[in-house]
Amino acid sequence: MVPRAEFASYYGRPVIKAPSWSARDIAGYFFLGGLAGAGSVLAAGAQLTGRPTLATGMKVSSLAAVSLSAAALINDLGRPSRFANMLRVLKPTSPMSVGSWLLSGYGPAAGAAALSAVTGRLPRAGAAATATAALLGPAVATYTAVLAADTAVPAWHGAHRELPYLFAASATAAAAGMALVLAPAPENTPARCAAVLAAAADAVATRAAKRRLGMVAETYREGRAGRLLRCAEVLTGGAAATAALMGRRHRPAAVAAGLALLAGSACTRFGIFAAGIASAEDPAYTVVPQRTAKGATAPPSE
Amino acid sequence: MTHSQLSGPEPDPAGDAGHADPPPRVGFFTDTSVCIGCKACEVACKEWNALPEDGFTLTGMSYDNTAGLGASTWRHVAFIEQSAPPVPAPEGRRELPLAQDAAQSADGEFRWLMSSDVCKHCTHAACLDVCPTGSLFRTEFGTVVVQEDICNGCGYCVPACPYGVIEQRPSDGRAFKCTLCYDRLGAGQEPACAKACPTESIQFGPLDELRERAALRVDQLHAAGVPEARLYGHDPTDGVGGDGAFFLLLDEPEVYGLPPDPVVTTRDLPAMWKHAAAAALSLAGGVALSFALPALTRGKVRR
Repeated sequence: MVPRAEFASYYGRPVIKAPSWSARDIAGYFFLGGLAGAGSVLAAGAQLTGRPTLATGMKVSSLAAVSLSAAALINDLGRPSRFANMLRVLKPTSPMSVGSWLLSGYGPAAGAAALSAVTGRLPRAGAAATATAALLGPAVATYTAVLAADTAVPAWHGAHRELPYLFAASATAAAAGMALVLAPAPENTPARCAAVLAAAADAVATRAAKRRLGMVAETYREGRAGRLLRCAEVLTGGAAATAALMGRRHRPAAVAAGLALLAGSACTRFGIFAAGIASAEDPAYTVVPQRTAKGATAPPSE
Repeated sequence: MTHSQLSGPEPDPAGDAGHADPPPRVGFFTDTSVCIGCKACEVACKEWNALPEDGFTLTGMSYDNTAGLGASTWRHVAFIEQSAPPVPAPEGRRELPLAQDAAQSADGEFRWLMSSDVCKHCTHAACLDVCPTGSLFRTEFGTVVVQEDICNGCGYCVPACPYGVIEQRPSDGRAFKCTLCYDRLGAGQEPACAKACPTESIQFGPLDELRERAALRVDQLHAAGVPEARLYGHDPTDGVGGDGAFFLLLDEPEVYGLPPDPVVTTRDLPAMWKHAAAAALSLAGGVALSFALPALTRGKVRR
């Protein structure tokens, strides 16, 4: 641990206010939104390359994930009955406004793609919906990083360059995990490939974020966030290795790797959420980096 | 959306928000060197704005049982107990040591710093920028106000504020903060806290005028042997483009619970959107590669 620089505060009280968002709803949404968005890209790829079971499975998974996401987001509002106010304006300066519009375009497309695939009706409209969902999916999976980073929360804002890549990697890992669970062995090669790429990207992005954060990276290593992120590292790395080495021949190994990838992605999102809360609740993470950036050190208080 | 509207100096926030021919921008200058900690501002604010109570608890940290700004506390008087910097002897005079001086520490006498904190009504307000419903808006006076009939309690403004001012009221769900008494301004009245302040520690007026007055006051204090007096939030080139409510402090800002160098988070938003776009493309590219690689290797094996 980096020794804490001496700093002054008002009776140790936090300078900024931590979000009142519930971890289940918002970190859960980061996970589900990533699963849905990246899943739609996998579904489109599966459809284009003639892997029908994988395509249908991923479309249904994306619809379920985006439906749960919407429920979690509305549930987390202080005034859930006013959720429609989210579409009152379109503000590029508000990632939440941009995200609301994205979801209102993506959600129906993912729904139509899944319904068409399951019922076998309107295949052309289904293909168009699949393509739309695949185009909007990556945006749904990555804008949530901007949503978190566009705050005064030191552990999120400080990593605003790295967080989108981390979220993209984590979303791909979750979708690849779902694909490994759903696809029969002959159709799971792309999922195994995506799992390895995502696990590597996840590790690189996490390391880069920690390096950038300096002393604030403590919040990624300690407490609840540290435990969750260590679990995520083990689960994602282990699952990617299992999927790559055993996933083709051994179906139970593929399913186990898939479940571990899903769990790893969830741990990453809940871990980053917890790191943000921890960094907001301790004034050191607000005061010390601002002092360092200013190039001066405050005299320690009495 | 140009960069200049997200950060940096901004001479006319009301005009840029779309108000035609707005009145001069107003704000607060809180001179903490004359604050006596009477909390008349807290009470006047609560009374005028009909704010609910926010708990009758004792914090056990000095005489401050309000603890901080929040959904139901729009003025908060901070009490800091510390050793005062040693007072230099006035020029040409020699102070004779008094008997009780021996008991005093070399740091100087014990002192209280008292400061009435409030929403800063930033030139570049992060709460307003990130509000997805348009509930937070810039008034014709250049202040920042929540429209309670629109707020849906998403809570995004809460972590966006670099000062930790705005908060959701748990019993209500919506976000609340100081309006700089928007209703009173409309009627040509000064805000309730400034009206109630008995020592003119809280001064209300056109921002340009307040900045001049504050600069004079700092010079006066420096000349009077208070070298630690400094302004906070007065500079239009700072990270939030200057505050509509700024302060004269007698110690570092963090001692009062204020961030030493706050920056509006949306200053970095263009960079964030660029990285998110690149990440989205990488995601699509990574998945495409995952489908292309097996096809290519399979093709090679078949050949």
